[in-house]
Parts: sequence; structure tokens; C-alpha cells
Amino acid sequence: MSEDVQLSHVCVDFGAFRAVDDVDLTIRAGEFFSFLGPSGCGKTTILRMISGFIEPTSGEIKIGGQNMRGIGPNKRPTALIFQNLALFPLMTVWENIAFGLEVRGVSKDKRKARAEELLRVVDLVGSGDKRISQLSGGQKQRVAIARALAVEPKVMLLDEPLSALDLKLRQHMRSELRAIQKRTDVTFVYITHDQGEALAMSDRVAVMSAGVLQQVGTPADIYNQPANGFVASFVGENNRVPGKVVGLENGMARFHTPAGLFLARLGPGIQVGSTAKLYVRPENARLTDAVEGDNNVPLRISEVAFEGSFINIHGHDAGGHAHIVQMRNDRDASVPAVGDQRGLTFSPEHAVVLADAGARP
Amino acid sequence: MTALVQRYGGALTGIIIALTAFWLLAMVILPNLILLEFSFRPYIPVDQMGGPNDHYTLANYATFFTSPIHLQIFGLTVFYSSVVTLICLVLAYPLAYFLAKVSTPRNAGTWFLLLLIPLWVSEVLRSFAWSIILAYQGPLNAALHGLGLIDKGIRWRTGFNGVLIGLVYTYVLFMVFPIYNAIQSLDTNQIEAAQDLGAPLWRIHWRVVIPHAKPGIGSGCIMVFMLSAGSILVPSILGSTTSRWFTEIIQQWFFESVDWNTGSAYAFLLLVLCTVFVSLMMRMLNVRLVDIAR
Repeated sequence: MSEDVQLSHVCVDFGAFRAVDDVDLTIRAGEFFSFLGPSGCGKTTILRMISGFIEPTSGEIKIGGQNMRGIGPNKRPTALIFQNLALFPLMTVWENIAFGLEVRGVSKDKRKARAEELLRVVDLVGSGDKRISQLSGGQKQRVAIARALAVEPKVMLLDEPLSALDLKLRQHMRSELRAIQKRTDVTFVYITHDQGEALAMSDRVAVMSAGVLQQVGTPADIYNQPANGFVASFVGENNRVPGKVVGLENGMARFHTPAGLFLARLGPGIQVGSTAKLYVRPENARLTDAVEGDNNVPLRISEVAFEGSFINIHGHDAGGHAHIVQMRNDRDASVPAVGDQRGLTFSPEHAVVLADAGARP
Repeated sequence: MTALVQRYGGALTGIIIALTAFWLLAMVILPNLILLEFSFRPYIPVDQMGGPNDHYTLANYATFFTSPIHLQIFGLTVFYSSVVTLICLVLAYPLAYFLAKVSTPRNAGTWFLLLLIPLWVSEVLRSFAWSIILAYQGPLNAALHGLGLIDKGIRWRTGFNGVLIGLVYTYVLFMVFPIYNAIQSLDTNQIEAAQDLGAPLWRIHWRVVIPHAKPGIGSGCIMVFMLSAGSILVPSILGSTTSRWFTEIIQQWFFESVDWNTGSAYAFLLLVLCTVFVSLMMRMLNVRLVDIAR
């Protein structure tokens, strides 16, 4: 059913601008794979390259082992779901879904029957004769998915298809997409700048910045073991403290900063003498009454945000940098007041020293 | 109306409406009404006007329907105007698509300039230019001969050919612009989506681009057809001894016979019959007037 997608040392140049820089990875058959990154990081270019609208400047793309160079988008075993869905407004719902079959010369009766089947898959039974303009955002979404599924693609490519939906629907469609992917066993390649979507749906995630792959891994890897500072700050919240590694202690880094000395895990490529940043997630940080000593960032509390199940405490350190500590909303939690002085602390295994973003090689 | 008052204030709104009404009434409706009135009066010597013979009659219209030559000329005018429209469509659609979706916006500006430059020259001069180009010993035959494509000169202006060439040249841009506007408003993603679903080029156009561009195609066709059928300049300059255009008959009634009454009747028949023809075509092609105004 599904096929893998291999990107071998793929580069794309738009004039002097390098949009995709030596991306090398394999998307496994049947996998839900996401490219995550800020806008302009090259993720859409990758998607358009896999679908055939852009040819790589160098490197090659293989789908199911077959080199795709020179094969047009209408000849590839892929189906693309556009960010704005690009449904055909002048055709009915079923004609939209059956368009790919119409192209393949399937008879009208068979097309209609297949469209009905797919409407059942996406839970839209009875909407076949409606106009596209009569559908809600979520229904349009489903029609777009059905239209793409109709051509039985080996690889489904999705370009931020949920970005236009409201929050509730977006969350619902996440699990829906995931379910459809499991049911159809098609390789899904998903593009998003929304880390929540990428983490919640994907088997694996590739984080990109400025055309360069920063890290490829499972959502848990990406979140718990970020490869560099870019990944650590882009995926989830992180408190940052700049400084320098001055020594090692039981395999941990001794990290010297203006706020004092810290112990933390060593990130990839960090050695004694490296100038780097220490990262600790708000949920791994605690507040103490002590405002000096090692592993302690003295803070002045600037905001207490009640979020429901947890409370975000915002504060600024002596250098004016903002930090966040996340507290569970326990009955006995001692919530500080704005203006209080507290220390931000954490256990060394929860903090990591990382280099900045993986720069271009 | 309320929105108009809110935006421009009472005084300015009044002026805008008054000017529009004046333009419509005094410059469009009134002259036509006068001609309409003329067309129902008999063509009689001045001294009989207001006399017993001066009564409303359908005689002027009957002249047209009882004259096989005039009927035939009208039929040919409609037929060849349709041919002009079709040729313009075939030429304009690819050009409009290219301008709207293939060329970059910056290049499109240059293309438009190049397309518009010929319009800076008056229609009369351009028609005369064509009559020189198409002449038997003119530059076109010379060029074709020089390129070795023909042995003997071609008589370009036999029958309606000269008129066809001239009308297509004069009015093709009226086809390009509405289609360009329509295609430009098409979301490029739809073209790509169709392509991604496996559609070859012709089917993308047949199922996605043309249905979207239909209002533009419709208004382009109407404009080119009406302008061609109503053209007097091109047929009289580029016509041959065997090509007669209906407007030339009208002109003859007005200026050679000085029979304004029959001329008016013929002018009205041209308007009405062309309108009927266009409505029929719109009905057949399933285009509505609302789509065109869009």
C-alpha cells in the first residue's frame, strides 16, 4: 500500500537563496512523518519537491526506491492536500472526490460509487450532491482528504491543512487524521509550524530551520532530548541561561554563568570550554525561597498566570531575561505574588547545555 | 443608496446620480428613442410631414423582411461575426492564460504594454495599414515569397477574408482582457491540485480553468461579437467586392438614400436581432448575465 520516501542530499536554490540545504533522510513506509519549523524554513519546499512541483537543484528523491527526477506531479504516486485545500468550487462534493478517477477514465457509475464509499470513510455520508460552498470548514477538510484518498496514493502530503480551522475542530481533526492514516496505511508527510500538531500526530518529526534539518526523531526524543538550542526553544518552552562549560563532574557539565555555577547534562558536541546555553523546561523548574547559591537563578516575579490545571510564574533575572516556572495547581502549592524575590532551581538531570542552532555546514 | 450617502454625503451623491442619469437619459436612451420613433414613420417628402400620409407604420421593417438580399447580408454578418468571435477566442485564451498564470507579474506588465501600443494608433490608420499589408503586391506576400513559403502571391482579400483579418486584429484584445481577469482570479492551487490528482493539461483547462473563466469568456465573446457586427470601418476599408456588411446597408439608407426612417428601422433590427442571437448563445452555453457582470 504505502511506500517510503528517500531524500538524498537534497538542495534547492531559488536564485542566490538556498531554501533547502543538504536534507538527507528517509521517511519510512506507513509512517506519519512531520516536518516542523517556522515559516520560511523550507518545509513547504520539501513537500512541493516530493509532490513534483519543484525539482531539487541537487540530490535526489526516491519514492518506493524509484528515482523521481523528471516525473511530473500528475505521474507521481503522491497526493497533496493544500493549505487552502484547493477544492474545485464549481464541482459538487462527489465530483471533487471523483476527479482523480475521472482523470483515470473510470466510468461515471463507478466514480460515484467510489465517492460514496470515501464519503463514508470521512464521515460525510449524504453530502455528495452538495456544493463546496455549502460545507463548513471541517467538512471541506474531509472532502479534501477523500479527494486525495480517491487516487489511492502511496504517499499523502499535507501542507498545514488544519491551520484554517478553529481550535476545537483542529484538535478533533488531529485524531481524525491520525485514525485515517492508521486505517489506510498510507505514508503521511505532514508539514506544520504547530509543534502541538506535530508532536501529537507523528511517528517521527523532523525539525527544520533555515533550510537545514536540525533533528529527526520521535516526538518524545525531540521534546526530551533536543539536539540543539533551536530545537529546545522551538519545541515547547525553555528557560535559557547563557554561559560557558568550565569543567566536568560525574559526567555532568559544570556551567559557569553570571548568575553563578550550574550542573547540567552535556548536550551533543559540547566540550569543556564551549560557550553555550543551559536549557531547562518550565515544568522541570521549581521556585525556592533561596535566592543565591549554585543551580539557582534569582528571579523577580513579574506575572502569575493561572492556566487551570497549572500555573505559569513569569519572572526576570538580574540581567532582565524572562523565565517561566510551571507549577501544578495543587491545593497546597505556595504561589508567589508579583514582585516577590524567588530562586529558579532544578535538578541537574533535567537541564541540558546545548549549542545554538545547527548552522549551515 | 444609504451606503452611498454615508460615504460621499448628500450633495455629492446627488451630483453622481444626476450625472449618471443625465448620461443614461440624454446620451443613450433619448437618441435611441428618437431613432425608434423615426423607424415607425414613413419616408415621405417634407411637405407631406404632418399630413394624412404621416402615420405610424411597419413598412420600414417590412422592407427588411421582404428583401432577400438584405436578409442574406444580415445572415452573413452574424455568421462572420461569429467566426471572428471564435477566432478571437482561440487566439486570446492561450494568451490570457499565459499572461495570468505563466508569466511573472512584472513580465505581464511588459506584455500588456506591447499589446496596447497598437491601440495608440487610430482604427482607421490600422485598417488602412492592413489593406496595404494584405495587398497582392504588398509586404506580406513579399515576405512569404522571400521566405520561400509561397511561389505565387495569395489574394488575401477575396470574399470576407480581409474583413475577418481586420476584425480579429481590431477586436482580439477585447477578448484577451476579460479572460485574463477571469483566469487571474483563479487560485493557482486549484490548477496544481488538478495536476497533482493526475490530470493532463487539456483536462485541467477543460474542467478547472475554463469553467472558472466562463464569465470572462462570455463577456469577451459578447463584446467581440457586438463590436464586429456593428463595425463599419473595417468592412468598408478591408471588404472586397463580394463582401457586404449589414452596417454598410444601414449607412446606405442614412447617407446615400437619405432615408433615415428605413435606416433607423435597420439599425434597430441589427440591435434587436444581435441581442436575440447573443441571448440564445448564452442560453446554449449556459452563461448568465449575472456571471458576466461579476
